[in-house]
Amino acid sequence: MNGHLKRRPVLIPGQRPWLGFLLLAAVLVAVPFVAALGGQAWVRIANFSILYIFLALGLNIVVGYAGLLDLGYVAFYAVGAYTYALLASPHFGIHLPFWVILPLGAGLACIFGVLLGAPTLKLRGDYLAIVTLGFGEIVRIFMNNLNAPINVTNGAQGITLIDPIRIGDFSFAQTSTFLGVSFSGPQKYYFLLVALALLVIVVNMRLQDSRIGRAWQAIREDEVAAKACGINTRNIKLLAFAMGASFGGIAGGVFSAMQGFVSPESFSLMESITILAMVVLGGMGHIPGVILGAVLLTGLPEALRYGIEPLQRGLFGRMIIDPESLRMLIFGLALVLVMRFRPAGLWPSSQRRRELAESAD
Amino acid sequence: MLEVNGLRVSYGGIQAVRGITFHVNEGEMVALIGANGAGKSSTLRALSRLLDPIGGSVRYRGKELLALPPHRLVGEGIALVPEGRGVFPRMSSLENLRMGAYARNNKTEIENDLEQVLVHFPRLKERAQQLAGTLSGGEQQMLAIGRAMMSKPRLLLLDEPSMGLAPIMVQKIFEVICAVASEGMTILLVEQNAKLALEVSQRGYVMESGEITLTNESKALLTDPKVRASYLGE
Repeated sequence: MNGHLKRRPVLIPGQRPWLGFLLLAAVLVAVPFVAALGGQAWVRIANFSILYIFLALGLNIVVGYAGLLDLGYVAFYAVGAYTYALLASPHFGIHLPFWVILPLGAGLACIFGVLLGAPTLKLRGDYLAIVTLGFGEIVRIFMNNLNAPINVTNGAQGITLIDPIRIGDFSFAQTSTFLGVSFSGPQKYYFLLVALALLVIVVNMRLQDSRIGRAWQAIREDEVAAKACGINTRNIKLLAFAMGASFGGIAGGVFSAMQGFVSPESFSLMESITILAMVVLGGMGHIPGVILGAVLLTGLPEALRYGIEPLQRGLFGRMIIDPESLRMLIFGLALVLVMRFRPAGLWPSSQRRRELAESAD
Repeated sequence: MLEVNGLRVSYGGIQAVRGITFHVNEGEMVALIGANGAGKSSTLRALSRLLDPIGGSVRYRGKELLALPPHRLVGEGIALVPEGRGVFPRMSSLENLRMGAYARNNKTEIENDLEQVLVHFPRLKERAQQLAGTLSGGEQQMLAIGRAMMSKPRLLLLDEPSMGLAPIMVQKIFEVICAVASEGMTILLVEQNAKLALEVSQRGYVMESGEITLTNESKALLTDPKVRASYLGE
């Protein structure tokens, strides 16, 4: 019966899986140092890629597993970010440690997730997308306007001087030296982010093959039949919203600490759409695909930003098109092409690929 | 086993079911027949708690069903085979069947029942690894019935099992339903194909614009002039 298990291990040469893991670990460790050769900006880009992996895998729970189209995911990211900003900055003069705030932010985002989920339980597809889109905008607008009558969020100016993550005297913002190797602030955040990303990957993997994972799949495919099988569709859907939201909350907190600054501008609808695009482009519901999507969609615009100008000078000897507008053009074109030629995403699960092949017959 | 009293269902002011009363005894197969839009499916959807009726009571083994949320029905021993088959298209046949046992815990029992169902439906065994969405209509209907059986029900609610199937497939499906019934399963069969439904069931109710207008033993209904004129096309 299990002869059909098509899960071929990836990245693993031969019969020695540990070798693959070792290789992967070596690459992961090398990234921040290699990136630093091009300047700390590249380490920050690597950090953002990983932060987006985290966000995309959080959203993957809602969209990929439970099939609930959420266009307001950034709201939870914002809740986490502002929770951290308000509780660890001079704005209120509160400076709680990160291990208090991050779980708190995750919990708050979780509550917001249920708040969004509860009234939308009966909605699906495009209807749900519109409500979640509205929800995301409401949260952003609140952040933008909660500076009067009591100044809570400091409005459009945002909150500055947010504490970095600190363990005792060890601050993630400064350069420090370990065993003769110097680690810059972004490099330290990199390792923190990798640890968090591994956590969300493990959670995603465990969920996929769990009882809850199967219930999500059932709801995604036929809600009536899922009910008839004895699945408590209401709770299972709320669980998807709540879990996805918690991950968004954690990502927000780390974002706040890493940037030292948050403003409502960072949580626009475009951000939600980008995260959704990562999930869809990479391969909905397939963890390696989602990771690939997140890395490409953060890396590609940056690579284009730095690559277009020298490329034009090399080709034509002068600048012909403004790099900024060309960048988004190429980016958009890439998205269209991928969806046209790989509708299941760049790296879909074997099952999803099979479905698309079969439905094409 | 099942007693429905004064059940009323309405969709935004339009009453689809106008206070119907009927019952199903243990071990019997009862057919609920009627034309399109008579309220049969609404009745079944209300029984399986997929929609909230505006009045009436549904007692099952002495318990009020209308007080239960839909996902609890399986635990009470009631399984629904939804209209239009309702299989999970992107799961394999085997995964579909396993979903039927979602609310159960005993693994060895589940595996035993799975084997039994596959004996009942040899066709599903051949198609075990195939995605349900790619099965033929008849196979999907078999799968939906098989999946309902996986919850080990005492009462099976069948919603239009013949809908959209080729005549030869309909014949096959009804053979399966009869086989399940002969093992002592209680069945409430909602069906537009009145002739077939009355041939396999013991008793029947005829529904017309939201009301039950006629009830009798199925054999008697088959010869009833009114039924013959309206539903058997004679």
